[in-house]
Amino acid sequence: MIVNISINGQMHSHDVEPRLLLVHYIREYAELHGTHWGCDTSNCGICIVLLDDPVSDQPPYPVKSCTMLAAMAEGYEITTVEGMAAPDGTLDPIQMGFHEMHALQCGFCTPGMMSTGRWLIERHPNPTQMTDHEIRDGISGNLCRCTGYDNIVKAIRWAAAYIQEHPESARTART
Amino acid sequence: MAMQTPAPCEYSRATSVDDAIAQLSALGGNARILAGGYSLIPMMKLRLANPGHVIDINPLERELNYIKEEGDHIKIGPLTRHVNMLESDLLARHFPDIFREAEAVLADPVVRNRGSMGGSLCQSDPAEDLSGVVVALKGQAVLRGPGGSERVVEMDEFHVGPYMTCIQPTEMLVEVRIPKRRGFGGAHEKVERRAGDFAIVAASSALAIEGGKITWAGVACSAVGPTTLHIERAEQALIGQAPSEDLFAQCGQMAAADCSPNSDGRGPADYKRHVAGVLTTRALSRAAATALR
Amino acid sequence: MATTETSPGRHPEWFAHATGDKFGKIADAPIGFGHMKRKEDARFIRGLGDYMDDVRLPGMVHGAILRSPYAHAKINSIDTSAALAHPKVAAVVIAKDLETLGLAWMPTISYDTQAVLAGDKVRFHLQEVAFVIALDAYSAQDALQLIEVDYEVLPAIVNCRKALDPDAPLIRDDKVGQTDNLASPMWEAGDKATCDRVFAEADVVAKQTILDPRSHPCPMETCGMVADMNPNTGQLNIYNGNQAPHAHRTVYAQVAGLPEQNIRILCNDIGGGFGNKVPVYPGYVCAIAGSIVAAAPVKWIEDRSENLASTGFARDYLMYSEMCSKGGKITGLRVDTIADHGAFDSTAQATKFPAGFFHIVTGSYDLQGAHCQVKAVYTNKAPGGVAYRCSFRITEAVYLVERMVDQLAMEMKVDPIELRMRSFIRADQFPYETATGWVYDSGDYHKAMKLALEMADYDGLRAEQQEKLAKGEMMGIGCAFFTEGVGAGPRRHMDILGLAMNDGAELRVHPSGKAVVSISAQTQGQGHETTFAQIVAEELGISPNEIMVRHGDTDKTPYGLGTYGSRSTPVSGGAVAVVSRKVRDKARQFAALMLETRAEDLAWEKGRWFVRGDPERGSTIESIAEFAYSATNLPEGLEGGLDANAVYDPPNLTYPFGAYIAVVDVDPGTGKVHMRRFIAVDDCGVRINPMVVEGQIHGGLVEGIGQALMEIISFDDQGNALNASFMDYLLPTALECPEHGFELGETVTPCPHHPIGAKGVGESPCVGSPPAIANAVVDALYHAKGIKHMDIPCFPARVWAAMNGNAQPPQ
Repeated sequence: MIVNISINGQMHSHDVEPRLLLVHYIREYAELHGTHWGCDTSNCGICIVLLDDPVSDQPPYPVKSCTMLAAMAEGYEITTVEGMAAPDGTLDPIQMGFHEMHALQCGFCTPGMMSTGRWLIERHPNPTQMTDHEIRDGISGNLCRCTGYDNIVKAIRWAAAYIQEHPESARTART
Repeated sequence: MAMQTPAPCEYSRATSVDDAIAQLSALGGNARILAGGYSLIPMMKLRLANPGHVIDINPLERELNYIKEEGDHIKIGPLTRHVNMLESDLLARHFPDIFREAEAVLADPVVRNRGSMGGSLCQSDPAEDLSGVVVALKGQAVLRGPGGSERVVEMDEFHVGPYMTCIQPTEMLVEVRIPKRRGFGGAHEKVERRAGDFAIVAASSALAIEGGKITWAGVACSAVGPTTLHIERAEQALIGQAPSEDLFAQCGQMAAADCSPNSDGRGPADYKRHVAGVLTTRALSRAAATALR
Repeated sequence: MATTETSPGRHPEWFAHATGDKFGKIADAPIGFGHMKRKEDARFIRGLGDYMDDVRLPGMVHGAILRSPYAHAKINSIDTSAALAHPKVAAVVIAKDLETLGLAWMPTISYDTQAVLAGDKVRFHLQEVAFVIALDAYSAQDALQLIEVDYEVLPAIVNCRKALDPDAPLIRDDKVGQTDNLASPMWEAGDKATCDRVFAEADVVAKQTILDPRSHPCPMETCGMVADMNPNTGQLNIYNGNQAPHAHRTVYAQVAGLPEQNIRILCNDIGGGFGNKVPVYPGYVCAIAGSIVAAAPVKWIEDRSENLASTGFARDYLMYSEMCSKGGKITGLRVDTIADHGAFDSTAQATKFPAGFFHIVTGSYDLQGAHCQVKAVYTNKAPGGVAYRCSFRITEAVYLVERMVDQLAMEMKVDPIELRMRSFIRADQFPYETATGWVYDSGDYHKAMKLALEMADYDGLRAEQQEKLAKGEMMGIGCAFFTEGVGAGPRRHMDILGLAMNDGAELRVHPSGKAVVSISAQTQGQGHETTFAQIVAEELGISPNEIMVRHGDTDKTPYGLGTYGSRSTPVSGGAVAVVSRKVRDKARQFAALMLETRAEDLAWEKGRWFVRGDPERGSTIESIAEFAYSATNLPEGLEGGLDANAVYDPPNLTYPFGAYIAVVDVDPGTGKVHMRRFIAVDDCGVRINPMVVEGQIHGGLVEGIGQALMEIISFDDQGNALNASFMDYLLPTALECPEHGFELGETVTPCPHHPIGAKGVGESPCVGSPPAIANAVVDALYHAKGIKHMDIPCFPARVWAAMNGNAQPPQ
């Protein structure tokens, strides 16, 4: 069946099996390799991308792309890590924060982790006031084996503070 | 690419509830309703579920994602996402704090964005948190069949066994109704091996207290029986009594005695039995404190 | 405690450098050691990493492995006809087919053999049985379901204690002359007679059986390979994220009968290793064989359950131990260990050390006598054993000794940290030769321990513990003080498969003064593109931004044994320092010419040679480089160009150490353990990049939380692996870690024999944290209920059983 999905603002159209998982549509058909996978049971969060439902008021939110059929994503806007930076290459604050705070080592969980981090900031009424517990709970669906999480918490805080200093840098998948 | 993947299947979208049901009828038992997907798709990937056809009801978001007050009930649409349940002021106001507590420990925040109440209830995992709450609150499930016929089922009858509900192959869960209670307080206690895991044991307890007496009680435990268990003996012991720690401790003992846990990777049966008691006592104690706030 | 010291808050100048240069240039890069953000981040934060599953080659096909549902069974027949009839299937390979290529069995690092595909019988649950090659991965998985295997189930052994029972089924009946399930005969270290005498004279003896259960390194990226045999050129290109590419190339050369120069291994980005990507796996051999047979590139990548159930596990050491004291100090230790190696002996060990470095088990203490013995058995479990940041079994050794110290402290009725302080090797005793033959290079244990005590407010914690006990609450404080030996190793002592454990480095400074250093170490996230540039920068004064670190391609890098056992900084780091100094010395010769003076009249300051006593007269390394390539007249013996190579043979291991204190709260009603705080003081000598070191420590500490509280691969009586998915193999999330983060401290005791005074550190946190946390949980149980021991993992149910006096080792 033909499945059309808008990814990072670009419409993709491919003839795929109905059972094809969204993560594979992104990796194999849209040829965006920044979204990874790490398990079979929807536990690790490595495959997380941001999903924007045009009829919803929620900002784009993280979903596990291994647990969606590609066909289910038609009609939504998907943002992968490749879509986080601006077209001119300016990095999203979450990307900058991960770099500044050494919140990545092997980099494998990083795209999914940054997606969740970005969402935590966007949905919180007062992101620079997020508590340690709130951030840790917010990323509890993202496993990391390398960093031990401490620097990821710091990176998310950094990004929240950066956005407060530079409000124009806050971006959503809709821009 | 070698993550485990589903067997071949067909996919369609539903244009309405009746259309979903009509498709179920036409496809003769080989089709499954697909909501958030966090119960069904993992099973399909492990090839434990191999539906020939999945019917995606997510397009019915507007129709089926709601939490509303109508008469004596709070009514919840099946596609209400866990995050909506977690953040609902209506649920928090009418059933403090049991929904919030259960949703906060259900799966993880990412799963909660898409996972739905209906999907969780229909999965009927005996260790599932939301079932515990809805059973304790004596909720009702509204099932619709072909031709628009509906029936209302008590939650105790809804869950038939592990991963089994009373839903017929051509029926769909279209609403859950929770009766409002004056003087309500509820709590959900859970022990798990790690954040996001299913419960080793969970206790969902709810009380209605008026004039210093318990007028209504709902006591349920998850993961200690083939389905979420109603601890009826405890409920009867509570009604008409003044709340007290001794009373809650006795109810805890009833929960421990009346449940039927299995030994498995999460723990041996004697441990689960003990914890059912401990958590029920704690949940009742906090439910009472909330009711009296 | 919010992280105010790192929160950018109202400091806009902190963001001034957040340019995120996409080519990995780091503003404010130190010229040498120091805090430096990572160059490799540039691609990872943009999603441009190049991992195994990102490899795409024209004509590539996909492999999938059919695995045994039984732990021990004869194979009567395999019917592949239905799978072969699948329209998208190109081939189905079984043992019989591999036999014709001589590849049905492969050698292991431990001089055993391992079945690539099971032929006569299967010997562990989920062992490899058939290899399907299909046009896409989904079809490959579909085809697996079409293969029919007729098994005859046999009784399985999954308990190492039963492996040597006389009536135990023989697992390795494939080995000529094998009559029982002994995998490796008894290996001993230490002097038994001395040790016996010390015990005879002891005041107090503690005894315990301690299990370090089977766990798994579990990197986020599973293992995989793309094998591309070009039939026209005879060139085999292998894309494979593995931790020891040169060693692998040597193995494949032997196994496939190809010269090494015809095999090229390309490790691009690796999504975590932790020892999981050291072994050669059957899937790799199948992919290579498949590529030869199909004359096309074959990609095989395992799924998570395959990773957990069949690739190199960790630990599984059952240790009976006694520790004794005299005059209030620890004096002796003896250990008798059964090592469960699974169905094939594929532990990655230096040849002369079949139990790895386990005999470092005397730990940080000045013992009078010690003896340990280890024998290894076969069981119907997956092969492996040396993995998961273990430093060749030092995790097991430290777990044992640190648990025993606490046991002994209980018997002696003294504070466990007090006992350690009395018994530590003293700073003036270094270099210190242990009772089992290690020579520790340098250390000041008391200083590190005192710092940890201060950071933890140990006395305050003990007072709080008493208060809580009075209220019926359970709190535990656990310490572990570890000494590690990392950086294998000296060639006279250590080899793997006969290959000396030395590393090479090649450095070329270009005419422009920019440089490329090629190393044999293989990063899986440790930041080598930054830290190794920093070593060169420190030696030569070139900015790390201008130094490219080349790695991951066996055609372009010098020979070396790879990255595991925390050996990169000790060995490859040593090589890079040495080669940089060679280049510096050569630069001196050129500078002498440029400055028209003698080389011995020149002095060095970072970045330039100058005339001693006349510092205005000097040449920068940049100008020297240009000169080196363009000078028209060079004296006899001085060649043009500014480059060098080196192979570094470390004179000894390096011995990092640390003092760890864990604080836990235990729910007395449910047994659930909550990690409240973790204080970690590490000493790894000179730190090249403190930011990277701290990141490594954070990661290792969380792995310790995992091992202590929730990670185990366990088996039922039929031998089925019960934790072969992330539903049941539980990794800690951010919520399982101390809420306000880890508390890190440092002391610096340079390594006297290492060119830059550095020691390895990557594994230290994973070595020290499991016993610290286990000790904390037992401490809680001991003070509340008098319980002296429980085995990890400390699941709530297991803690509760222990609280009630029913502690059992896990199955």
